[in-house]
Amino acid sequence: MTDVAVVGFAQARSERHSPATTNGVEMLVPIFHEVFGATGLTKADVDFWCSGSSDYLAGRAFSFVSAVDAIGAFPPVMESHVEMDGAWALYEAWLKVLTGEAEIALAYGFGKSSAGTLRRVLALQLDPYLVAPLWPDSVSIAALQARLGIEAGLWSEQDMAEVAVRSRSSAITNAHAQLSGSTSAAELLCEPYIADPLRAHDCAPVSDGAAVVILATGSRASELCARPAWITGFEHRIDSASLGARDLTTAPSAVAAGAAAGAGRAQVAELHAPFTHQEIILRRALGLDAGNDRSGDGARINPSGGALCGNPMFAAGLARIGSAAAEIMSGRADVALGHATSGPALQQNLVCVMEAP
Amino acid sequence: MTSSAGQPLHAPLEISFDYTRSLGPTLSEFVTALAGRRLLGARASDGRVHAPPFEFDSATGAPPAEFIEVGPAGTVVTWTWTDRPLEGQPLGHPFGWALIRPDGADTALLHAVDAGAAGAMATGMRVRPRWSDRAGSGITDIACFEPESSAGPAGQADGSGASDKAHGEPAETVTMITTPVRLSYDHTVSPGESAYLLALAQGRLIGQRCPACGKVYLPPRGACPVDGVPTKDEVELPDTGIVTTFCVVNVPFHGQKFPSPYVAASVLIDGADIAFQHLILGCPPDEVRMGLRVRAVWKPREEWDVGHNIDHFEPTGEPDAPYDSYARHL
Repeated sequence: MTDVAVVGFAQARSERHSPATTNGVEMLVPIFHEVFGATGLTKADVDFWCSGSSDYLAGRAFSFVSAVDAIGAFPPVMESHVEMDGAWALYEAWLKVLTGEAEIALAYGFGKSSAGTLRRVLALQLDPYLVAPLWPDSVSIAALQARLGIEAGLWSEQDMAEVAVRSRSSAITNAHAQLSGSTSAAELLCEPYIADPLRAHDCAPVSDGAAVVILATGSRASELCARPAWITGFEHRIDSASLGARDLTTAPSAVAAGAAAGAGRAQVAELHAPFTHQEIILRRALGLDAGNDRSGDGARINPSGGALCGNPMFAAGLARIGSAAAEIMSGRADVALGHATSGPALQQNLVCVMEAP
Repeated sequence: MTSSAGQPLHAPLEISFDYTRSLGPTLSEFVTALAGRRLLGARASDGRVHAPPFEFDSATGAPPAEFIEVGPAGTVVTWTWTDRPLEGQPLGHPFGWALIRPDGADTALLHAVDAGAAGAMATGMRVRPRWSDRAGSGITDIACFEPESSAGPAGQADGSGASDKAHGEPAETVTMITTPVRLSYDHTVSPGESAYLLALAQGRLIGQRCPACGKVYLPPRGACPVDGVPTKDEVELPDTGIVTTFCVVNVPFHGQKFPSPYVAASVLIDGADIAFQHLILGCPPDEVRMGLRVRAVWKPREEWDVGHNIDHFEPTGEPDAPYDSYARHL
């Protein structure tokens, strides 16, 4: 099989209210510039472009077509789009490289979550017949999941708060993070519920932002990057859309994707967990904690601070893969895992395992 | 539209659409039963009773062989509490969301519980549906669930709500539901579009030049679609130009403002490299042609606002522009 590596990554700073338009151009132009600068590539070198974004988030039709202005798509380019997180755009780009149709492929994702009421807009990803007509918001659905795990004794509000504390502490060194700082679980647990049993620290902030990742084939990757992050496993799976018919305290689709991609060997993992308890579910599903059948230490989790410190919709999953790749490119890790989720309550999960040369 | 210091213009944007959805055989059965104040489930190949029924068995792909009446009362499996309900949600006052397992079912359905206070919610609590006055609307036929312990109207032992007039009546088969979607946004234009709109409010046309290829975009686009670089150099343009291409509108349509036939045209402003669409009035439609020289006819000054101050374009009477002068802008 063709060897493919991540050779470049850039992201916009996550912001609560970006003055940018919902077509993403203002957030994308600077990060394209940055990633081209770092790799020495130009737009003419990119054989395939793929984006992830949502018209529901933008409140306008074909916002991804306007975003193509940021590419400078003349002469015409080979381009595609997924109405999903940019991580799935990266998956399409990876397939394009594997099929031999591209040597260099670029995936990007962008979202201006602040344009509407995010937790209400996300109701539209639910079953449109029997669930979406009730407009259950994304935070309430996550709360239903969190309580199931708490009452089953799988995690506690204390465990959840500790995830938030570690995430914010890690984000202190991440210039792109929206939230960061030192706090304690005891302090956080004094805050009121926003959707019992979730408090504000359990929920990712509403974020505007964008991310870009560049892939290259074996022959090109080593020229472009001293330590390319070679993709050794790239898998995604989905669970039933019926929230009441599956066990919400785990994520079978994450288990399956992780097993197929070789998640257990990761030394570091960037997990796309928009809620604290979902990080706990994912760590277990992907076998990242110490113990069980894992030899040695557990993986380092979310050195960037993760989605809890900045969650630009349709870019945050791609940014997890980019951040994991950066751990390898910088020499901090030899095996890294990037994860992305989509849908309510971790319904769909994607795992990308990358290794050093 | 409003603008705060240094920030682009922004304005509220409401979009809405009433989706009509065909239910298909399984959901039609379920929704029709709801209209008759009954809850249906179906047994899957693993023996579990799903309520609502699955459309296709996740193991075998088969549709339900038969439907089984469940509930309508049930047990809360998990819950949360909403202090500030959002538009469209089942109740306008604080309420609980819950996954509710109807009696006789092995799965749960999502709905609201009108419990009064978070302290009244508990996993394992018994709830029953409160039926809405509507029948045939789908899942919203259930207005919400309520604690079984709460005092219901007389004759509610079976869990039905106050308006169970449809109960026991043979309901007409429901094959279609309407699910309205309304979303509110704060729509922001780009810095270039802001400059364009603010200039238009002063009776001026402002474009932006690409620093790489030199092309002038009107309205400005934020980034040159050819080069992908920000366009920042402002260029003041006249309100005269040429018709590059046009169509004669003969078909009346909803919301039409002018009697047909009339002409919608691409107008290339002198000095710009991209045409915009506008109306051509002031001459018979059959006299509009490619290369026709036109000028803007502005609305009366007292009607100006941010955005729509040019009423239409009309012929200047000058000789037509030669084809070669606009061939690259078609």
